[in-house]
Amino acid sequence: MSKELIRLQDLTMEFDGERILDGINLYINDHEFLTLLGPSGCGKTTTLRIIGGFLSPTSGKVLFDGKCINEEPAYKRQINTVFQRYALFPHLDVFDNVAFGLRVAKLPKAEIQERVQHMLGVVGLKGYETRRTDALSGGQQQRVAIARALVNRPKVLLLDEPLGALDLRLRKDMQNELKRIQQAMGITFIYVTHDQEEALGMSDTVVVMDKGRIQQIGRPEDIYNEPKNAFVADFIGESNILDGVMLEDYKVRFFGRVFACVDKGFAPNEPVDVVIRPEDIDIVPPSEGHLVGSVTSVTFKGLNYDIIVEFRGFKWLIQTTDYHGVGENIGIRLNPEDIHIMHKSEYSGMFGDYSSYSAEYDELTEDAGNEEE
Amino acid sequence: MKRTNRIFTILIFIFLYIPMAVLIVASFNTGKDLTEFDSFTFRQYTRLFQDRTLLKLLGNSLLLSVLASGIATVFGTIASVGIYGLKPRMRRAVMNLTNIPMTNPEIVTGVSLSLLFVFVGTRLLGQRNSLTFWTLLIAHITFNLPYVILNVMPKLNQLDPALTDAAMDLGCTPIQSFFKVTLHEIMPGIISGAIMAFTMSLDDFVISYFVSGMDFITLPVEIYTYVKKPIQPKVYAMFTLLFLMILALMIAMNILQARSEKKKAASHAAQV
Amino acid sequence: MRKNNSVLLTTPYILWMVAFTLIPLGVVAYYALTDPATGSFSLTNIQDLGMYLPVLGTSVWYSLVSAAICLLLGYPVAYYIAHRTPMMQRILYMLVMLPMCMSFLLRTLAWVGLLQDTGILNRILGWLGIGPVHMIRTPGAVILGMVYNYLPYMILPLYSTIVKIDGRLVEAAEDLGCNGVQVFGRVILPLSMPGIISGTTMVFVPAVSTFYISQKLGGTDTVMIGDVIERQFKQGNNPNLGAALSLVLMILVFICTGIMNRFAGANEEGGVIV
Repeated sequence: MSKELIRLQDLTMEFDGERILDGINLYINDHEFLTLLGPSGCGKTTTLRIIGGFLSPTSGKVLFDGKCINEEPAYKRQINTVFQRYALFPHLDVFDNVAFGLRVAKLPKAEIQERVQHMLGVVGLKGYETRRTDALSGGQQQRVAIARALVNRPKVLLLDEPLGALDLRLRKDMQNELKRIQQAMGITFIYVTHDQEEALGMSDTVVVMDKGRIQQIGRPEDIYNEPKNAFVADFIGESNILDGVMLEDYKVRFFGRVFACVDKGFAPNEPVDVVIRPEDIDIVPPSEGHLVGSVTSVTFKGLNYDIIVEFRGFKWLIQTTDYHGVGENIGIRLNPEDIHIMHKSEYSGMFGDYSSYSAEYDELTEDAGNEEE
Repeated sequence: MKRTNRIFTILIFIFLYIPMAVLIVASFNTGKDLTEFDSFTFRQYTRLFQDRTLLKLLGNSLLLSVLASGIATVFGTIASVGIYGLKPRMRRAVMNLTNIPMTNPEIVTGVSLSLLFVFVGTRLLGQRNSLTFWTLLIAHITFNLPYVILNVMPKLNQLDPALTDAAMDLGCTPIQSFFKVTLHEIMPGIISGAIMAFTMSLDDFVISYFVSGMDFITLPVEIYTYVKKPIQPKVYAMFTLLFLMILALMIAMNILQARSEKKKAASHAAQV
Repeated sequence: MRKNNSVLLTTPYILWMVAFTLIPLGVVAYYALTDPATGSFSLTNIQDLGMYLPVLGTSVWYSLVSAAICLLLGYPVAYYIAHRTPMMQRILYMLVMLPMCMSFLLRTLAWVGLLQDTGILNRILGWLGIGPVHMIRTPGAVILGMVYNYLPYMILPLYSTIVKIDGRLVEAAEDLGCNGVQVFGRVILPLSMPGIISGTTMVFVPAVSTFYISQKLGGTDTVMIGDVIERQFKQGNNPNLGAALSLVLMILVFICTGIMNRFAGANEEGGVIV
């Protein structure tokens, strides 16, 4: 890929003795679409605000083009931000909002006129110049905020949960729109969200964060397919996480059975976390199954059924297109490539029994949703 | 129930406005007595504008209240911005200090300032006449400041902190972002604070009475001395004019508020 | 960086307020504790205070009565205003505030004209065949003057509190079986408490320290503590005694507002509404 633009070195941040960021190390390439993903309170917004210059870290360095910019205030950085609730200036109309940064920089009138008009074209708001910003819909306000930031031709655009306040449909449209704008402008986007779908759909690189630490960095596919620990496996997509023992390379034992897998490089007999994605599980007649269990609940989800199957008191989530009724006995087969092995971590055991965890997860997402209202 | 409440409210408003009506009617009276209306005239108004001393006093009052409220508005706005940025404990302490002139009886504020000025003036500086225009101005600024701060602080608290962040993000220095963004947002609070301070200053009698000296007297202080001599009807004419002025100020303030509320309502509607 | 700026912006203000509110109160205490003739430390002023206890009692009593009447008169008005359309609320609010901005000296003088034995009210009563009623120079006239002058200070905070009461709470109470009176007693009144407290304070404090109203509308038996203080400074030439009296008045008000705030549960919003 292209050259490195921003590097975060051992960033830590403390508020009133509470550690918000704990040793963040990260580099961001030019033209990259990088997403900081994590639950609320994981430190993603703090990281973004440090890059933007609104906070200074307790320790550690922010390098921009190889130069330390810790002491450089926000207004001197070649970085612009799209704020969570847009933060449009209520006393200015659309044009004046977009022109704000150019006027502060004292550019000639004609150039301001031209650049603002061009930018309004890019975000599809031509003809809205004299509208009051508070008379616009959420999606339009969002576009003004993006135009206002991009018109300054920053090297990096920071986006702090920019789609949080929009409804689901608009969100999907704006995801495509953002990706399109990023490619058209050819600049770096650093995007903060707690929505895994957004993160996986738009990013070149996803950084999963929790408790002020980076849990995993990687391409969306890698993050999804090769989660590094139980937290990532749980936060991205849905997973069944089980205790297992890695007997030797390519051999793991769980549920009292030895399965073939594709992972290696673990210590002999190392206890591990085993991740099995619900959509990877094949349902077979009980006589052919590696494991046999009974269905305890079925939920129709449109594309598929979510069924909960109990294996020896342990509940699994399985996604299937075929209907299986409650009480039915089914068998399952696991192919080697469906089994992902992770080292034990502080998160091990936290997301064990699927059913209890599922209810908890729903509550969590609901809370997050309410926050956005 | 609703009806009786309405009638009751109307009666209370009549109660509040009757004395003012009496004064306004008296300003068109040929006679001198407040209680007896002889015949209609504008003579009191022409007399008022010929009365040098009365106009001078009115001028004094206006000068003092414009200066005091103006200085208090600038000073108070700067202080509010500072207080807003303080840590909560410190902020509470400063707000308690701000509340002292609001909760202290006016007479105590007047007496205490008067004693301070006399003490400092005569004992420390050896002046003979320690109560001057300047002491009066200081006193007025002091009791005007809380009005400004109590009007500006809520606006600052309502301010979206992301707006100043956004301004700095777009290249404003902190000072530029204050003038380009913050000031616009808190302006309604500053204006209502300034108007309130101005009217309080203009009408203040108790504190001025204790703090003013011989060489600079305001209108209310002079009216108080009419206890001894009968009041001149042209004073009623002046009251009427001041009534109209304050009414105009309040209507202006109202329109301003109505407009900012309408804006808020519009933005609310757009978001729903 | 930001914190330093805040301190920098606040410091002149703090210095000003300390110099012109806290230090003057110290000077009052100094005068109260020194002898007028010699200027040395003495407790004579404090000892003389005993003489003025009856006056202090009268002042507190009149002010409490005025505050109570203001509450009774002001509450229905505030309630009525709070339930109008926003436009109407603004206009009525302004109409309540307007008298506060007009010369209270002249407005009190107008009451003299209204209440005199040969005044406007008595003339109207005369037409109705009711003999002249002696109104001026009575305690009633003084209380009327206080109620008249300070009623807006009661209505405004009450209004600000009542208007914030969520209409759905009333519906919820009705849903749970309250009738009109119960809704008022169990929901609206408790929620208006901050306004009642702050309104009562805002009437009581200026009423207890007034000196003009009692001079114009009252007689010799309605002397108030404010009158006494004013006389010590402007006629009696005993500022030291006046300072001692001011100190007492201040402490009295301090205690009263303290008790009030205890009632209000020290809520910040209801504190000062202007």
